[in-house]
Amino acid sequence: MTANDYKGYRGEALAALQKFQAPVWSDVEITTDKGSFTGIILPRSETADPLHVVIKLRSGYNIGINAAGIRSITLQGRKEAHYKIPEKEFPYDPKKPRVKLLGTGGTIASRLDYRTGAVIPAFSPGELYGSVPELADICNLETEKLYGVFSENMGPEQWRGTAEAIGREIERGVQGIVIGHGTDTMHHTAGILTYMVQNSPVPIVMVGSQRSSDRPSSDAALNLMHAVKTAAESDIAEVMVCMFGPTSNMYGLLHRGTRVRKMHSSYRSTFRTIGDIPLAMVSREKITPLRHDYARRRSDKNVTINTAFEEMVSIVYYYPNMRPDIIDALIDNGYKGIVIAGTGLGHVNKPLYPSIKRAHEKGIAMYMTVQTLWGYVQMYVYDTGRDLMELGIVPASNMLPEVAYVKLGWALGQTSDLEEVRRIMLTPIGGDITEREPHNGYLILQGGIPEVEEFISRTWK
Amino acid sequence: MNDPIAEFRFKPFREMTDEDYRLIGFRSGLEIHQQLLTEKKLFCRCPAGLYSDHYNAEILREMRPTLSELGEYDGTALMEFKTKKEIVYRINYETVCTYEMDDTPPFELNEEALDIAIGIAMLYRCSLVDEIHIARKQYLDGSIPTGFQRTTIVGVEGSIPYKDREIRIVQLGLEEDACREVSDRYHRRVYITDRLGMPLIETVTGADMRTPHEIAEVADLCRRIVRSTGQVRTGIGAARQDVNVSVTGGTRIEIKGVPRIPAIPLLTYNEAMRQWNLLRLKRELERRGITAETFRSRTADVTQAVRKTRYRPLAQALAKGFQARCVVLEGFRGLLAWETQTNTRFGKEISDRVRVIECLMDLPNIAHSDGPEKSLPRTEWKALRTDLAAGEDDTLVIVWGPETDVETGAKEIAIRAREAAIGVPSETRQALKDGTNGFERILPGPDRMYPDTDLPPKRITQERLERIRATLPEPVWERERRYRELGVPPDTIVPLSISPYAALFNRLVTGKNVEPVRAAVALVQYTKRLARRYGKDNGLAPETVEGIFDACIAGRLAWDAILPAMDAAVRRGSFDALSLPPPCTDEEADGVIREEAAFLRENPPKRPERFGEILIGRAMRRLRGRIPAPVVVERVRRLLEEERR
Repeated sequence: MTANDYKGYRGEALAALQKFQAPVWSDVEITTDKGSFTGIILPRSETADPLHVVIKLRSGYNIGINAAGIRSITLQGRKEAHYKIPEKEFPYDPKKPRVKLLGTGGTIASRLDYRTGAVIPAFSPGELYGSVPELADICNLETEKLYGVFSENMGPEQWRGTAEAIGREIERGVQGIVIGHGTDTMHHTAGILTYMVQNSPVPIVMVGSQRSSDRPSSDAALNLMHAVKTAAESDIAEVMVCMFGPTSNMYGLLHRGTRVRKMHSSYRSTFRTIGDIPLAMVSREKITPLRHDYARRRSDKNVTINTAFEEMVSIVYYYPNMRPDIIDALIDNGYKGIVIAGTGLGHVNKPLYPSIKRAHEKGIAMYMTVQTLWGYVQMYVYDTGRDLMELGIVPASNMLPEVAYVKLGWALGQTSDLEEVRRIMLTPIGGDITEREPHNGYLILQGGIPEVEEFISRTWK
Repeated sequence: MNDPIAEFRFKPFREMTDEDYRLIGFRSGLEIHQQLLTEKKLFCRCPAGLYSDHYNAEILREMRPTLSELGEYDGTALMEFKTKKEIVYRINYETVCTYEMDDTPPFELNEEALDIAIGIAMLYRCSLVDEIHIARKQYLDGSIPTGFQRTTIVGVEGSIPYKDREIRIVQLGLEEDACREVSDRYHRRVYITDRLGMPLIETVTGADMRTPHEIAEVADLCRRIVRSTGQVRTGIGAARQDVNVSVTGGTRIEIKGVPRIPAIPLLTYNEAMRQWNLLRLKRELERRGITAETFRSRTADVTQAVRKTRYRPLAQALAKGFQARCVVLEGFRGLLAWETQTNTRFGKEISDRVRVIECLMDLPNIAHSDGPEKSLPRTEWKALRTDLAAGEDDTLVIVWGPETDVETGAKEIAIRAREAAIGVPSETRQALKDGTNGFERILPGPDRMYPDTDLPPKRITQERLERIRATLPEPVWERERRYRELGVPPDTIVPLSISPYAALFNRLVTGKNVEPVRAAVALVQYTKRLARRYGKDNGLAPETVEGIFDACIAGRLAWDAILPAMDAAVRRGSFDALSLPPPCTDEEADGVIREEAAFLRENPPKRPERFGEILIGRAMRRLRGRIPAPVVVERVRRLLEEERR
């Protein structure tokens, strides 16, 4: 028998299974010093300890048995699991629009990984149709798996690949594109795709889920329906994030790729448009625009794909008592651009000044954003701001820090002429800088206040 | 009898004998859900045991079936999805957080709850699990917002003694409680979430009980066992049982959520009867040449055909714009009137399915040609028979409702009718007040289990087991035997064995030589009296009562002052032996008695013949708690005698 027959087991547990020749998926009765247990031996997660054997009882429950206490294992048969989402061919309807789903990872569709005990993504049109058959009522769906990574592992290489794939699909004439993506860095990718893919004639909709699709309460299916509907039917030809509006299963929101941010580590309604209002609401029945200044769908294929990206860019989240060595390290390691998330209107402390000056002299592009997320950088109000501008830091208006970060990488990818970089950075693209902040662009309702409680009790959260 | 199905007919409940139950192969097991007495919930830090119908907000969700770990969809899950319900959760800020609403991953398992569960698994003599794995048990009815219950097995294969045999304990699990249902109308079900996430244990017994009365007795035994720990919750809804019933040739049917043990016998009798009669129905179908393979039915839209019906419920439905479909069940004539349970007929099995699965909830939701319930006039049935080319041997069933529901409703009618040719379908059923039961959902299988990927397995160390074992109460059956031997009054034995003061009883009797009857009476009857007077949660801790006994033993308090001392302790919230007046000496008592006697001579009572009695009463008022009453009586008697001489 090979090591694979004892998937994930090591140490004492492996020795016990080998001794009784009981590989995983064996149907066994195990007698121990605590009693006897009947069930199927399951693979063990590699990160779990080497002391226990896991069996699935007849009732479907799993338990771990201490290998040291095992007196005997009697084999009664074998039952191997084949975890597979029922795959059905996605039906074709010539009257429906063509939508392409590009997969990068995340939990839009997922299954159990016995190696780590966590969930891993699963993905194909057939699998998606098998689990979300409603998609066939909306469009003819094609899928392509670009990557299978958790979103923290997305980076410039994957951004470029995704942008190029979008270009290819637009060339092929699809009516809309959906990108399945892990939610953690979805707003980074939405930002960079806004720069790498410009003048798109069709909607580009990013979607993910906050509860993996192996849960009955998952938001994956509804998010996917909303995203596919948007890609197939909406006339908003921009890069968008499509995720739950409220935590209730009611409607999704379409957020502009440059103004959206993940704001809660686990809520379904984690994505919010910052400093503005979302583009639209989307439900299974209809898409309701909330604003009208968006790029319209076109029938041409004149998209511009520009994937140049300078990777030596960093983002520095300022904190009181920050020392200059943080900036020095970036200078000495050859960074070409720094985005600072400063306090308040865009400030850092005095001890950093000499290092900032040195960075400027080395030709490093430096931009100031605000860690308050809402509001504009305004460096004239206080002396500190004026000093910092003197030292070469450019205020980046109301660009979100993550957006400024990917934009600076993209701008430095175009040119090393800092004046040209500055022109690119400060020219609004896809709403990354807005001229004005509407009154309702900043609304964080404060729980406990009677009028807010009244609003919540009246309306779905 | 060679063929019991053909020959045995169910008798009325009270006339059924043990031999009758043996004949039909009655088997029953229990799943007992018991909430644990913890401070917080199982997977989050919300307070446990706070209930309120008041709510601050509502959340709307839906459930979709997902695959099991072994790659299969669960039957119940698919049925629930067919139902397409909107689920509304009512949220109270005090009792639930974002964990219960499935917007935050679980926190670590409540260790206090785990200790209690392991302790109870030990009492049930289970094989204990070395490493617990949290599983997700799918519930698509929406009763848990995640769509699954987090649950884990703590022990398996235990047993408890009952009569001359052992009842098997299949497994003992620790899990989170579900929501309370508020309403379920059409495609919307509403839950209140306060109970959600409460720690509870699920005890599954083997199907080892052979009569309805045995189940109730074993349920009561289990209740006493868990209560004997003093670590479980009591009161309405704190313990609920599901009862499994089967008969020879039948199917294991689960009756869910039986709140009271005394309701069990009649419920299980009716379920056994239902299965028996369904098996007899299958025989009858076979006799008519109808099997699952030869079963034939057809469906037609009859909205137009019945538009002038004189049957009110149908006419009213059509007036609302509903559609009507008619299902022809070939060769079924009369069978929808086949008796299944007491005063319940096969037509109800069909109506139930349509109600639950298609959400056609306004009853009646079907009408059929088999009677005896009121339905369409005979002439209308006759016209329909002609329209649908149905023969005299066929049964016609009409269902009405909104267009989408009525179509699946008609399909469901045919599905349930065909199942009659197979036998007893696997279902969970709900207990009804009259002792019968109704369809709840298709019985879920092991396919609904899925490992919880949010939490790692947890090792149960030997040290932990030893620590828990050291604090374990003795098994309740041994306790009760010992109480009998000690001469504890019979009516006090069972209450004492499950009393929170049971451990104190042991300390008092074995450690401090208190007379067993005296201790038992104080701990059971006095506490019961105080509970009536001040409520169940009056805060009288065993330690406080122990202090009162200590004061008696030390001679600081009279033995007959225990009840007043307990009463005072409840009122004051504590008992302080130091603040007691010191016990009085005989001389002091004589002094008080003389003073009172002098007073009475100056103010003679109206009935002089009661002089002694009144004197004792007056003296006791001043001496109570400081000297035993019999001593006062004795000294009054002696004093009066001396004076007489």
